[in-house]
Amino acid sequence: MLSIRGLIRRIPNGPTIGPADLDVPDGRTVAIMGPSGSGKSVLLRAIADLDPADGAVSLDGIDRHAMDAPTWRRRVIYVAADAGWWDDRVGAHFADPTAAATMLPRVNLAADALDWPVQRLSTGERQRLALIRAITLPRPPGEARIYLFDEPTAALDAESAGLVEALIATLPHEGRTAVLLVTHDAAQARRLASSGVVHLRDGALVPHHEEAAP
Amino acid sequence: MTATVETSYVALAWSDLAVASILVILNAGLSLWLGLGVERRLLVAATRMVVQLLLMAMVLEWLFAHHAPEWTLLAATMMVLFAGREVMARQDRRLDGWWAYGLGTGAMLLASFLVTLFALTTQVRPDPWYDARYALPLLGMVLGNTMNGVSIGLNTLTTLASRDRAAIEGRLSLGATRWVALRHVTRHALRTGLISIINAMAGAGLVFIPGMMTGQILAGAAPPDAAKYQILIMFLIAGGTAIGALSAVMLGAWRLTDARHRLRLDRLKEPA
Repeated sequence: MLSIRGLIRRIPNGPTIGPADLDVPDGRTVAIMGPSGSGKSVLLRAIADLDPADGAVSLDGIDRHAMDAPTWRRRVIYVAADAGWWDDRVGAHFADPTAAATMLPRVNLAADALDWPVQRLSTGERQRLALIRAITLPRPPGEARIYLFDEPTAALDAESAGLVEALIATLPHEGRTAVLLVTHDAAQARRLASSGVVHLRDGALVPHHEEAAP
Repeated sequence: MTATVETSYVALAWSDLAVASILVILNAGLSLWLGLGVERRLLVAATRMVVQLLLMAMVLEWLFAHHAPEWTLLAATMMVLFAGREVMARQDRRLDGWWAYGLGTGAMLLASFLVTLFALTTQVRPDPWYDARYALPLLGMVLGNTMNGVSIGLNTLTTLASRDRAAIEGRLSLGATRWVALRHVTRHALRTGLISIINAMAGAGLVFIPGMMTGQILAGAAPPDAAKYQILIMFLIAGGTAIGALSAVMLGAWRLTDARHRLRLDRLKEPA
């Protein structure tokens, strides 16, 4: 289980996000909603330890500072809305290209997409490939993993968005996996969030029913 | 007008320099005519060059006459400190605080002193080994080129780290260490930092006659001897540039990240 207690991200010359408290149990999905600029991505980045933040974040009771940062990020994987690419060839970005190739048709991508140059990719193709890149990252059997998806269907047409959503929905059913999802789509949040929807309001996380209350 | 003195070279009179300076004045006029806006910088740079070289000549003359190692060391240190300031001035995005000056200066201090000491004690071997007549010109040649490698390498590192933030953090997000995540950036920065000395070595003797060889030939040295000195200098410069650029780029990459393997672009000042 991912456990977040009093997480605060102070942005220099910007707003402060948090303190945030949240639990994401194994086998569950939690969705975070909130207006643009409210700090949803900032919060996910802080959980992934990509930016300095105060507070405690732990996985199965082990604080993230008790493990080295690369190990933490292999277990708590942040997938940005516009993920980066560092090589000319698509296939060079995958730790397990064989596993990735079998996943491509599930998100409506050609089987030979790994042979393509990155420059050829559309925004939507990049987004789907970044998702596959994250979920095919090898992990030891039985190791807990949390995916932090930042608007994973923002750049997709309805058909592709449906396929990606279906794929994300299967992830918590794989052993010891959970998903924390940022989305602007309330219907998508309801469909995927088996463990509830929270709103980020004025830098603090509030449960959906409190957000909806007058 | 030239004045021939009792040496093996043709000494220049002040009037010769005045005539040559017409070319710089013509350049400034051309800039004014074409609206390039560089005439002021051109004249200031030319004036600085004249003053700096004349001062350097006076200092060298004094040092050569006194054979004082402590003063030679002081002059060498001052040269490195001024080079550090030049490196800092050439950065589009500077590291914050003391690092903006200290990193480039430290890299150059390490590279130029190491390479110059190596040359003085193993190849040139003057007596004493710290003789200012050999130590300071050698250091100056190495330092000038190392400064280029360090400043270009550092500038490429900080520019690419800012531009490729998504790619670097994409790798970090998948569990890469900071060194792996920055690898494509550090490699590019090192290649760019070293390209000028590689080009200089490739073109020397074919496309141009390098400065030191030209100077020695004009001073009366036999061309084969001048060539040998130039080859030695090229090797020293290549070594110094590689050590300087490598230390500056790797130390810069270390500073642009932290112990939790995060990219810390907040440690960079945005270009003015």
